Amino acid sequence: MDSTKISGNVIRKYLPVYFVLLGIFLVEVFLAFRDFSTSSLVLMLLFLAVCSAGLGLMYFMHLNQERRGLFLTLIPVTIFVLLMMNMFWTDAVRLLHMRPPGE
Amino acid sequence: MSESQIAGQGHGALLEESPYAIPSRKFTMWLFIISDSVTFGAILFAYGYLRVATPNWQRPFESASVINVVLMTFVLITSSLTMLGAVDASKAGDKPKAMRFLYSTIFLGIIFAALHIREWFQLFGRNITIGSGTFGQTFFTITGLHLLHVICGVIGLLAVSSLYSRNQLTPGHVETTGLYWHFVDLVWMFVVPLVYLTNIAH
Repeated sequence: MDSTKISGNVIRKYLPVYFVLLGIFLVEVFLAFRDFSTSSLVLMLLFLAVCSAGLGLMYFMHLNQERRGLFLTLIPVTIFVLLMMNMFWTDAVRLLHMRPPGE
Repeated sequence: MSESQIAGQGHGALLEESPYAIPSRKFTMWLFIISDSVTFGAILFAYGYLRVATPNWQRPFESASVINVVLMTFVLITSSLTMLGAVDASKAGDKPKAMRFLYSTIFLGIIFAALHIREWFQLFGRNITIGSGTFGQTFFTITGLHLLHVICGVIGLLAVSSLYSRNQLTPGHVETTGLYWHFVDLVWMFVVPLVYLTNIAH
């Protein structure tokens, strides 16, 4: 098989993913110029960022072509750690308010 | 396995097959990526809480900065595409094409870093530095860490392309470096909305 032909195909194969990523980014820019509250904007942008990251992980990093075991070992654990971090940070803010007077 | 077989094949033959069916270097890169994503996650979570909880947060980015960020994002996502081409061409044994794609990725990485530094200098010109308040501290820490990753990626790509062209590295090495480069792109997808797009001056 002609190797050059294979190389050309991979770019063409992932072009839709590339354009979707650019599209999501342009939607993010559009949303940033709308009049949303900061927390709503952060949540919407985070959701879109997670979608972009998912596409990047699955297609650009080929995680969808690896064994399912690799995905199950890496991704749920990372999400769990990040969610736990979310708990710790809120707790850190609570501790700031509960500190003894004069400290 | 008998002792004579061990003597003939070495102890490697006694080891189990990799449970993920990927080379150890690739798995190591995945573990590095996971640990690094947790580092970025911690910093971005801290930034997110500070950003939402601070009422008078500085919003320094105007249209010119947004255009710069759009350009930077376009360059970085395109570099991921060229990296895919490099990995595919190297696996197909088309070394000249792989090298062209690798050099394109390096070139785009350098452009990204240059645009990033230009943005920084524009902020310096407006007296926004790492010591000028919470915005400056968080902005320069997060974008600085990301820029450090891009610079390391460019250096890594230069080293890999140089050694690969001299047949000292395999397509597997190019693929592993590609994983890192895609990760840098992935982190940027979180940095842009959180750090730039929530701080546009209205």
